[in-house]
Amino acid sequence: MRKVAIVGIGQTPVREHWQSNLRDLAVSALRDAMDDAGVETLDGVTVGNMLSGALSDQEHLGSLIVDYAGLDGVEGMKIEAACGSGGAAVRMAVKAVASGLMDTVGVVAVEKLTEYSGNHSTAALATAADADYETNMGLSFVGINALLMRRYMHEYGYEKRDFAVFPVNAHANAVHNPHAMFHFQIDEKTYSASKPVADPVSLLDASPIADGAAAVIVVAEEDVEKYKGMPISILACEVGTDTLALDNRKNPLWLRGVERSVKKAYHVAGVTPKDISLFEAHDAFSIMTALSLEASGFAEAGEALRFAEKTGVGINGGLPLSTMGGLKGRGHPVGATGVYQVVEAITQLRGEAPSPIQIPRPRYAMTQNVGGSGATVITSILTCLNK
Amino acid sequence: MDIPRYWRLKDQRYKLQGTRCNDCGHLSFPPRLVCPECKSRNYSDYRFKGRGTLYSYTIIYQAPDRFDDQAPYLVGLIDLEEGVRVTAQLTDMTLDEASIGMPLEMVIRQICEDGARGPVLYGFKFRPPFTGQRDSA
Repeated sequence: MRKVAIVGIGQTPVREHWQSNLRDLAVSALRDAMDDAGVETLDGVTVGNMLSGALSDQEHLGSLIVDYAGLDGVEGMKIEAACGSGGAAVRMAVKAVASGLMDTVGVVAVEKLTEYSGNHSTAALATAADADYETNMGLSFVGINALLMRRYMHEYGYEKRDFAVFPVNAHANAVHNPHAMFHFQIDEKTYSASKPVADPVSLLDASPIADGAAAVIVVAEEDVEKYKGMPISILACEVGTDTLALDNRKNPLWLRGVERSVKKAYHVAGVTPKDISLFEAHDAFSIMTALSLEASGFAEAGEALRFAEKTGVGINGGLPLSTMGGLKGRGHPVGATGVYQVVEAITQLRGEAPSPIQIPRPRYAMTQNVGGSGATVITSILTCLNK
Repeated sequence: MDIPRYWRLKDQRYKLQGTRCNDCGHLSFPPRLVCPECKSRNYSDYRFKGRGTLYSYTIIYQAPDRFDDQAPYLVGLIDLEEGVRVTAQLTDMTLDEASIGMPLEMVIRQICEDGARGPVLYGFKFRPPFTGQRDSA
């Protein structure tokens, strides 16, 4: 297998992009990444997306996007793994390059969630769960996270306000990220006062639905001299899976998909949790951050909130989280999120983050993209090539 | 609307019917063609009794389209006596009556209506067990 690197990144701001359609968002991000890498064409494109069919009446995204990106005749295919679609698309590109099948692969992940009413998008997002046995009982996707949060509070004796640490940090960092959706700070008081969406999950626990696209160019490490963009090595991009339905898991509070993904990633990259300089966790909901920290080996079961307070998750903390705002502050264009995370990790490793949120000399950046309530998890570990 | 789906799921919705592995005895709900424990494909139908306790619950305020007119409502994870966990709405109780560990029993109720002209869908919900004379009503 060949070692793999990323030599180009691109992203649109995360917004309610009412004036842009799916294809134009995707093309903007992909062409920006190609410009960054200094490439005119690609051997293939993987497209990460979850809901183009349900919310834009558009499937068959691969060929549509390569055509509009000026890549006539190039292979393009959509990869879907619910909220993990972006990370899954990166994984497919890494496989193609590592195996030697392709040399230069573009990954673009795109989502448009703000075309319809919130209730309609809520129903579409719930297709990440088990349609016959979860969604058809009236359970929303937020509701699934609420079931986890309630049980977590019950088992480990936390109060709702103890979760504020994650969204407060995410918003504080997002303020400095021009691509982020939210540019306002929140504090424990505003957090505690926010209205419930699915009790105990309230509005400020939940990442906002949004539109956006992000892209990376994946190449073989041995070829990085041929490209313009500052190369970042992708040491690991590993997938773990678990049951789709929460009720089918023996212990829903332990995310086995995360554990399986992260164990492989640490092994392949040859690092341990202590080596990680920053962690772009899948903070779609506060509870998801807590459970991810535990299953990723940063904190013991039930200790994530105490760990966050003690270690510090801010830019200067022991384990910086959501350094560019995370899903909560940057926004969660569902199928695109996994590639935003990778783009942000690379921005940090390149030293190109806005100065208030630049991690000083990061060595290893980890991203973790979670599909559904943990049924598909993609963990990537990246580092600078010449360090 | 997906009428075939509701017809297909009637044994699960009305009878809480899952599967029992004939080789290792593992019980599954929903039914599974492959036993998650021993990977056997040799199984029989198994009907759960429908009694259990509440593992966790949520109050849904922002509901998916079809359930919007019911919000706010309770959804729970219920640990059945047989050692299997299921997802269902909680009924016959107020929003503040739900508590982790409370005993529950299955009951057939209306799940939702699919618009003004669509079918009315029924299935299992869970309620606190009745102990009094209303059992025979």
